[in-house]
Amino acid sequence: MNIDQLYSKKVLEHFRNPRNMGEIKDADGTATVGNPVCGDIMRLFIKVKDNKIADIKFQTLGCGAAIASSSMLTTMVKGKPLDEAGKITKQAIAEALGGLPPVKIHCSVLAADALKKAIEDYRKKK
Amino acid sequence: MMRKIYLDYAATTPVDPRVLRVMLPYLKEKFGNPSSPHRWGREARLAIEESRKKVAKALGAKPEEIIFTSCATESINLAHKGLIRGMLYRAKKIKTPHLITTLVEHKAVLETCQYLERLGVAKVTYLPVDKNGLVGVADIEKAIRPETALVSIMFVNNEVGMIEPIDKIGRLIKKINQTGNRRQETKIYFHTDATQALQYLDCQVEKLGVDLLSLSGHKIYAPKGIGVLYLREGTPLSRQQSGGSQEYQLRAGTENVPYIVGLGKAIELVQQDKIHNTKRVGKLRDRLISGILKNIKRVTVTGHPVKHAPHIASFIVQGAEGEAILLLLDEAGIAASSGSACTSGLLEPSHVLTAMGYQPQEAHGSLRFSLGKQTTEEEIDYVIKVLPGIVEKLRKMAPKL
Repeated sequence: MNIDQLYSKKVLEHFRNPRNMGEIKDADGTATVGNPVCGDIMRLFIKVKDNKIADIKFQTLGCGAAIASSSMLTTMVKGKPLDEAGKITKQAIAEALGGLPPVKIHCSVLAADALKKAIEDYRKKK
Repeated sequence: MMRKIYLDYAATTPVDPRVLRVMLPYLKEKFGNPSSPHRWGREARLAIEESRKKVAKALGAKPEEIIFTSCATESINLAHKGLIRGMLYRAKKIKTPHLITTLVEHKAVLETCQYLERLGVAKVTYLPVDKNGLVGVADIEKAIRPETALVSIMFVNNEVGMIEPIDKIGRLIKKINQTGNRRQETKIYFHTDATQALQYLDCQVEKLGVDLLSLSGHKIYAPKGIGVLYLREGTPLSRQQSGGSQEYQLRAGTENVPYIVGLGKAIELVQQDKIHNTKRVGKLRDRLISGILKNIKRVTVTGHPVKHAPHIASFIVQGAEGEAILLLLDEAGIAASSGSACTSGLLEPSHVLTAMGYQPQEAHGSLRFSLGKQTTEEEIDYVIKVLPGIVEKLRKMAPKL
């Protein structure tokens, strides 16, 4: 199937069954980022405990790669210390997804940016 | 077993078995080169000329006005580049011919026009369209200059499906050409890209008033790799591919005999079934639209409510992205299409929707179904049943803004 060739199995799996999708009502930090390139929008919620990401949830309006990147990001940083989590790169997300088509790399930027901004938001509020 | 429902006929169609049957002998025993004088060559030559007659008949044209090409894109390139070049040779008075087209044309037209502009051999006016996607005939009249040489407007838009007022534009251009009171420096030629129209609408060139018309085989159940340019007798055209004297010296290269034969058969079948097919497909399209509008909130239909090709249903779905919808439809076995930026290799939203006044974030949720000969009521009902769940799933994931 050509669709399977366009996206890796991992991307499709996360797209079909996104992890940590939803909202945290009493979040410690939130961020909404839009991708000016294609119009995708992502909102991220984090709950922080002992300087670690205790919980994380996302909402994304976007393509398969954007949704899969959001989902993958949340699984990669849940439970991680803030400093370590904040350093996550778009490449790391794309790699964890088994690669993204070149034209879709910018989708993983959205997820990485959202996390940085959510951590910033938490630090500002603290 | 998974269902397979193909609703992307505007992208391409399967080859009709009746078309394939007439093609096969020309891939096998009747393999001659039409330029050869021997029996094999003559056999191939006759087959091409038979096919040319069939195409001519469907368009109400003369056989010698039909040029076979490899696809509609080639026809369009040849029409625009060839006419401008041909005009420059013939009417030396005009320094830079002027072209008029619209912002909703296929990229084959838009990119060719931009290319001619970059070369400095033509000036181009790109006319806007209204919210329904239609160009104003009065806007065309206003845009005409003394050095206007070509007006190029598509018949049916491939992304949205609206029908442009080709016959009215044809009459306007004819009037201007006849009265000559506008101090026109040249006759104005009229081209239409009829690729999406041929299957369903009357494409008789006299009724349309066109001098050039491009069409493609693979949208009418012939194979990919064959197209036609209709060129009215007396229209200047300089060939864009040098070589042998094939196709009245307007398109060099050995003729693609089996595909030409296939196209002839396909166009014959189109003519036979046109009225019945148009009615049947139009009814299914209406069923799809009303079903989707009834079952899903925050969905709009794009295009013109009446001046619309029967096979294209195009929507804007708010709060869900086009590519994501396509992926989930694909999992349900349904093939559709989208004009969202995420589905385009260039990451740009559909230029057609943008020209119609839709914002990029609206084009983000673009979804197109295009119906065809094999589409059934049952398939349409399945889509109506499955799509709401898909949209709901994606909307649940989206941030509430």
